[in-house]
Amino acid sequence: MIVLDDVHKSYGPQHILRGCSAEIRLGEVVVVCGPSGSGKSTLIKCINGLVPFERGTITVDGVSVSSPKTDLPALRSRIGMVFQSFELYPHMTALQNVSLAQIHVLRRSQKEADERSAKILTRVGLGDKLGQRPSQLSGGQQQRVSIARALAMNPQAMLFDEPTSALDPEMINEVLEVMQELALEGMTMIVVTHEMGFAQRVADRVLFMDRGEIVEDTPKEQFFTAPASERARQFLKQVLTH
Amino acid sequence: MSDFDWGVIARSYGFLAEGMALSALLVLVATLGGLVVGFGLALMRLSTHRLISVPAAAYVTVMRSLPLVLVLFWFYFLMPLAIGRPVGSLTSALIAFVLFEAAFYCEIIRAGIGSVRSGQSDAGLATGLRRWQVLRLIVMPQAMRAMGPLILNQIVIVFQDTSLVYVVSLHDFLTAASVVAARDGRSTEMYTLVAVVYLVICLSVTKLAEFYRKGRPS
Repeated sequence: MIVLDDVHKSYGPQHILRGCSAEIRLGEVVVVCGPSGSGKSTLIKCINGLVPFERGTITVDGVSVSSPKTDLPALRSRIGMVFQSFELYPHMTALQNVSLAQIHVLRRSQKEADERSAKILTRVGLGDKLGQRPSQLSGGQQQRVSIARALAMNPQAMLFDEPTSALDPEMINEVLEVMQELALEGMTMIVVTHEMGFAQRVADRVLFMDRGEIVEDTPKEQFFTAPASERARQFLKQVLTH
Repeated sequence: MSDFDWGVIARSYGFLAEGMALSALLVLVATLGGLVVGFGLALMRLSTHRLISVPAAAYVTVMRSLPLVLVLFWFYFLMPLAIGRPVGSLTSALIAFVLFEAAFYCEIIRAGIGSVRSGQSDAGLATGLRRWQVLRLIVMPQAMRAMGPLILNQIVIVFQDTSLVYVVSLHDFLTAASVVAARDGRSTEMYTLVAVVYLVICLSVTKLAEFYRKGRPS
């Protein structure tokens, strides 16, 4: 469903992505991990065109992300994204945050959008927080609102960019649980995360990145028991001993 | 005290009120027009295309380095030459004010937009909103928080600047007062009045700006 082929990205002299290729099939949950600065976040931001890239192609459901003919907003509305720092709109309530794009992109009526938003917010355990502003919510609650905001668009796939990295430890699980539920329902997901426990429980496949390259692309069992590369072995040793 | 004749204010009320009306008109047009043109300039300056951003930046730099009196003169003498017929002091002054203030409002708006984290735009774009929707629904409402006090502050400056239109023989409030002062030989009374009126208006707007800043926690 999502195909990356030889994607290159530079910021000035810095070569962030050096020829990344991968394929994510419908219903698959793929965890992307690797040391910081390895290009994980940049890679998933390329998938919905938030970060333009110089070489290579990415197609989502057969539609090229970088082609000038592509209606990028329409493509993005079919892929949900969750950010490390939530990026909820601070001047709106939780409900308004979730309704905004439904109204202005999907052209749903205010009433229809609000009903759906309330339903989804209830599903992520925030049915009693509809009228709250982001500043009145905890980090874990904010991140669940942001997941609801993405889900409200009925996305075909979801991108998670380190969704728990900005959270206090006691709030990580409430977010991971929502994500795990989503995975069980068959959502196609690409998750950049350091949560190896989540990867072990939920992922089908692990992409291990280092210095702008996808060093390993292996089924989860193999990645955790017998990683092929020395770099992945080093990385696992570091994250799993903590 | 008997030397003072405050009755001069009442006697020249109509003339002074006309002056104040002109000042108010200038402030209103300069602010609304300046905000609209300034918003366009700010968007141009934020463009990634240098062909669009560089001319806007040049315009802002030039306007901000010129004295307003010069710009007023310039449009007064240049506009008739450019369009081939006289346009009158008021029209030329209004155009000069709008184009001059636009440069300042541009910088205020640009700073306001710049104060909103880029992640906010990313979040909006990621849901499929188009750039102008992101600007209207997500960025500008947050930018207003930073811009509100600065805009009110600029309105105070515009109000003070309206006194410069005497150079194209328009009678704003200050000019009207000085005409009366000279005619009736009542300089002290008239200039005291002007000072008090300016003080009251500018202080109120400044207070409003403070209230705006404090009254809206982020």
